Amino acid sequence: MAALLESLLLGKVEAGEAAIWLRNAQVGAALGALRRRPLEFVPFLLNFLRDQCSHTLAHGPATPAKMPSCPKASLRPSGGSGGRGRGSGLRGSRVQLFSPPASPAPAGGHHRGGGRKRSGGSAPTSGGRQGGLRGHQQDGAVACWENVGQRGRGGGGAKGGERQSPPTRVQVNSLEDFPPMTKCPSRATKPSRRINPTPVNGERPHSRPKSCFTSTPLSKPCSPPAFPECTGAAEANVGSPLSLREEREMLKRESSISVNLFCPLCVENLVPSVFLELFFTLQLLTSRSPSPAEGDSVGDNDADVLERGYFRSVHNCVYFAVKVLEDLFELLSHMDKCTLRLLAENERVGLFAPALREQLLKAQDVSTAKVSSAPPSFVHSVSFQPATDNRSNFSSDKAFHIFKKQRDIFYELLRDWEDFHKEPGWQFEAALGGRVRAMVSQLTAAGNHAHFARLFQKQLIQMCKDPRGVASHGDAPDADLLGMLGADSLGRLKRLQERLIQPQGLMGPCPPPSFPGHQEFFRDFLQTASCCQLNQHLKDSLWQELLQLDEVSILGPAAGTGGEGQEEAEGDLEQQDEKQRFSSVLLLARLLAKFLGFISFLPYQTSQPPSREIQEAAIAVRSRVVPVLDVCSVLHGCVRRRRMVLTVPWLVEFLSMLDFTGPYLPCYRTALGLLLRMVLGRGEVCYLNQMLLVAVLGWLFQIPMFPEDMIFREQLDLSEDFHASSQGLDSLPLVDQELLYTCCPYLGEFRKLLAAFVSGSTAKSGGLVRKITPTSAEPRGPPSTRSQQKLEAFFHNQPPSLRRTVEFVAERVGSNSVKHIKATLVSELVRGGERSLREAVAGDGASVPKINDVICARLCDAGMQALEEATRFCSEKGPVALKVLLPEETSPAVLSTAERITKRLATEKACTWLSANITVLIKREWKSTFERVMKSLPNSEEAKEKVAQSCNLDPCGTCAPHCTHQAPRASSVINEMKEVLSVAAGPRDSDETFTVPQLQVLLERVGRTLACRKVNLAPHALLYKVLITRFHVFNHLLLRGGLLTCGKRGSELSCSGGFPSEAGRLLSLSLPLLFSSPSLLFLLMFIFSVTLVPFYIQYSHVTTIIIYRC
Amino acid sequence: MKLCRAEYKTIAKFTDQLKPTRQSLKLLKERFPHHSQSTLLSIFSLEYQKRTKRSISKHHDPDVIESYYQRYLNEAKTRPSSPILLEMANEVDLSPSLLARVVVERFLQDQEDGVSVSKQVVSSMLREPTLIPDVHLARQVEQCTVNDCCYGPLVDCIKHAIGHEHEVLLRDKLRERNLSFLDENQLRAKGYDKTPDIILEVPIAVEGHVVHWIESKASFGDDQSHRTYLNEQFWSYWNRFGPGLVIYWYGFIAELDCQRDRGILLKDCFPSDIVTLCHGAGPS
Repeated sequence: MAALLESLLLGKVEAGEAAIWLRNAQVGAALGALRRRPLEFVPFLLNFLRDQCSHTLAHGPATPAKMPSCPKASLRPSGGSGGRGRGSGLRGSRVQLFSPPASPAPAGGHHRGGGRKRSGGSAPTSGGRQGGLRGHQQDGAVACWENVGQRGRGGGGAKGGERQSPPTRVQVNSLEDFPPMTKCPSRATKPSRRINPTPVNGERPHSRPKSCFTSTPLSKPCSPPAFPECTGAAEANVGSPLSLREEREMLKRESSISVNLFCPLCVENLVPSVFLELFFTLQLLTSRSPSPAEGDSVGDNDADVLERGYFRSVHNCVYFAVKVLEDLFELLSHMDKCTLRLLAENERVGLFAPALREQLLKAQDVSTAKVSSAPPSFVHSVSFQPATDNRSNFSSDKAFHIFKKQRDIFYELLRDWEDFHKEPGWQFEAALGGRVRAMVSQLTAAGNHAHFARLFQKQLIQMCKDPRGVASHGDAPDADLLGMLGADSLGRLKRLQERLIQPQGLMGPCPPPSFPGHQEFFRDFLQTASCCQLNQHLKDSLWQELLQLDEVSILGPAAGTGGEGQEEAEGDLEQQDEKQRFSSVLLLARLLAKFLGFISFLPYQTSQPPSREIQEAAIAVRSRVVPVLDVCSVLHGCVRRRRMVLTVPWLVEFLSMLDFTGPYLPCYRTALGLLLRMVLGRGEVCYLNQMLLVAVLGWLFQIPMFPEDMIFREQLDLSEDFHASSQGLDSLPLVDQELLYTCCPYLGEFRKLLAAFVSGSTAKSGGLVRKITPTSAEPRGPPSTRSQQKLEAFFHNQPPSLRRTVEFVAERVGSNSVKHIKATLVSELVRGGERSLREAVAGDGASVPKINDVICARLCDAGMQALEEATRFCSEKGPVALKVLLPEETSPAVLSTAERITKRLATEKACTWLSANITVLIKREWKSTFERVMKSLPNSEEAKEKVAQSCNLDPCGTCAPHCTHQAPRASSVINEMKEVLSVAAGPRDSDETFTVPQLQVLLERVGRTLACRKVNLAPHALLYKVLITRFHVFNHLLLRGGLLTCGKRGSELSCSGGFPSEAGRLLSLSLPLLFSSPSLLFLLMFIFSVTLVPFYIQYSHVTTIIIYRC
Repeated sequence: MKLCRAEYKTIAKFTDQLKPTRQSLKLLKERFPHHSQSTLLSIFSLEYQKRTKRSISKHHDPDVIESYYQRYLNEAKTRPSSPILLEMANEVDLSPSLLARVVVERFLQDQEDGVSVSKQVVSSMLREPTLIPDVHLARQVEQCTVNDCCYGPLVDCIKHAIGHEHEVLLRDKLRERNLSFLDENQLRAKGYDKTPDIILEVPIAVEGHVVHWIESKASFGDDQSHRTYLNEQFWSYWNRFGPGLVIYWYGFIAELDCQRDRGILLKDCFPSDIVTLCHGAGPS
């Protein structure tokens, strides 16, 4: 490999030829023995490039390269998350340079640091490094850039100016070389050879990238003027201009060769993650730390061609980067507006490639990618649906009531989490753990797991389906603001950056899998609950929904099954709808798959990779278990049916949850191999569709779980699958930029990187690595489809939509008929039963249980007419609905057949259900009615009264015919009566009296209130009781003129049973009497004029007293 | 009417020493003439209930009960025509109705040879003093219940009536607006486990907030009752039906209306700013 690269760099082999060789081999043309070699060459080259840049990028965020240096390395235990390739960046022999260290690799994070240190020799410290860096930029670079008419460097430069310059200042005024780093003083001493920046001519056509370095003499005025002074200084610094030029030419050539080797790999997707390479490229573009003028090695003509420091100067880095960017322009042009703008306004791009800059500016106008502009979605609860959530769906009252509480507790936890989880020191386990487990243990006690799993899943979907809502908290503002401001407002950007970028930090384009936003709650809940029953139920239902999404949901207009697709017009609107539907299905499937993966691999999660022995043992054991999801067949299926654009992204989410051992299990190993191969796969795939696939797959291959040694090894052949079908989702323009960025938020890292550069940030990656581990689960057979042969025959030659419509209508009508019967027939029957029951109970003698049995049996018999009802309902409604839904042009014969089928299916469905359940249903309804009735009879003595009362309490139509419902409210009337009574009962003040007219008004109001039933039909007999009791006193006094002694108290009460109609009648009788009879008036006065009667209105004895006094 | 917490506290503080009599209500109205009477009564009632909850246990001590009863018996002999129980209630700072209940219970114990009678029986006697076998006691009890504006069967009855009337009012208002809804009874019939007064079949927006359900509360919303309602009702409704509206007809502490964005909106009247989602029309 090394030899090959060397000969390439030396120009012995044409880079173009190599590219063809690579490409062909990759695409799968059998090259026999050569087949493996390109696979090995790719990582070799990538490592080479990374290694070359390891110094320059010391300050940038890590490019988490997972580039196995040696493809033959087996089972690497370490995840190696941080730039492994660079880690080996010793300036030693080739073997050392491109092979992994023989000893077990240290943890990923150390790799880079180690490599850097070694290459830097005895670096003093990193203490003054940043200040030094900035100082240099101020002294060297800024001066130069300003000389060429560029803007100042903003915050970074200004800040640097205040700092102390590093001790090893060399080449301060060199145009082409940024001064060396403090950490490499030894090398900084002898600057000799470096490449001058050669501004690319603006007119140079983009198609001729190679020519740019060939013939631009330094003396030639460049488009940005005022160059010579600086370059002159630079030349003065170095030795002979001639030899410099020679070397420069050579380096240019070799750099060009690197570009020519690198770009095809990216363009052709021959690298594991093209976005990682792009990020790397942008890092080069924005590199700040000029490595210690590695001129010594560069200049050394005798030095090995592979060991030259091609990228030891920022200029070379930028040159390389700009070249690559030019070649990758198509990819770039699909990035979001903000990235494009930042790139276009990047001073280095402007200087090195004005043409690219123009292109970028143009692309920016075309770019539609908005980054997360969706408003934060309002959090909704899962709605209660009687059909699935009411008592009849639970095994017992207890289970039902427990679940009622569980639902409330679940939301209480969710709200608490929302309120507090961002507070420092808050921990899910500590704060909510006890309540979660208490609730879950109740689930087990009540057997409500399925119910809770459904609630959990629905809530998860509702809150997390669209990650845009989440992203808008963190990402959107800076994206929008940066986009608005551009690179011009550097000062403001600087502040912005401090506020927005610093805290976030750069994650690099391949952050480990995470659970953003509310997903965290659901993950922590499951982890804390640690309930295997719940997890199993969740797995079942997640998998079911996932399958549905993958299979059914997307039938794009042109991608329908069979010939149906052509039927439907493909208007813009429909396409838009289709796209939207696709987008929501995709996002949902990804969410579900991630959680399915999380639950499935949860039992195997470990924080550290297991040792090799343990891992091998685990592989042996777990290989025998059938995995929860047959990933390979899903994969093959989606390739065959050209639905990769839907399936692969969710599969990636599922697989990203694998534990450390998971990838080595045969099924997943094969699947990962297939996926690796898939990146390279071509076909009629829309650019953005492909971009999405490349992005998610590239990400998968770089996350910690993915074994690096698998890359470039396990590529399996999918080519047969590729040709199997020409129709599918992949060729439809389904993915847009918004969806791309939603699915791959890490693409926003480009923007952050560029913004950080603009604002002079040296924000570094936090290197957060969250480790996630997996699970396995029970296999589940495919749901068998019910087939009816006759129907098959009829539908065979009909468009599939007919069948769907018929089945749909039948399903709905059948179901509606059952609902209708429940609402009408059953409730009528039960009401009738209630009447019978009340009558029977009111009558004497019969035993209640017996009555109950008799009525119940009668109702069940009557319930059998439900079948007729259902048949009638279905026959009536089915055809109507069907007719509306089918095309007008459907032939009469087909229509009538379809109608008959619909009727039959609907009736079958309804009657099957009814005959199995109607009796149970009626019994249940009756039971609750019976219990309610019996409960309303607290004891048998009062039973008759109550029954009579409730029979009279017919809520409808007891108002007078012309009642305007303007009667005083019962509450105020009772209140007034209470007032009167309290005054009457005393104690009272001397001024507290009531006049007869006042009392007359009150009585009149009472009468009106009692007459109007609308407002005053309080649900509680209590209301009437009070009114009645008090009224009775009036009544006795008024109606009977006090001549009647009150009967025993019991009879008063039983009288009150007839209320209110009776009481109202009595009152209406008594009122005229009252006003017509002076004696009664007198009596009333007597009663109420509290000055006369010290205690007035007291029951029989009071009455007696009154009578006596009269 | 909405009150800020400070205003509410002033009123609550004023009720601190009041007895639950009609004279107290008068005082209250005179002291706060600009507040609606129902709001004042509702606040007083809530505050009095809190007071009672704090002190009720000491009145239920058997020895204390015995002393109340003996005192009643004594005074019934010495000054039968005086409002003995009412005066005693005010003296020991207990609601007259509650004292009456205690005494009736104790009285019945004597009657039934020490067997304590069911609560239902006692309640029915309070509701209907003629059922009390002792005429004198009956009169005393009657005097207590009609003079108590915070407890007792009449108060319960009034509260029920008020609650019911406001629900009817709410339904009327909704019908006026042509808003289709399911009421509590319909919901219960369908097997809902938690039932707000109203579920709108088509949600509306009130002051820019989506409303799926409406709960009518014919009382003042103070901290304690609102907290209880939130935990036992409002959040449960939210958990099932999404965001909704609570109408505290007699007002509430304005600061409590802080969950609007989370889906619980408070109003002290039927809202005027209603946007129906189906037509997108503004308030009519």
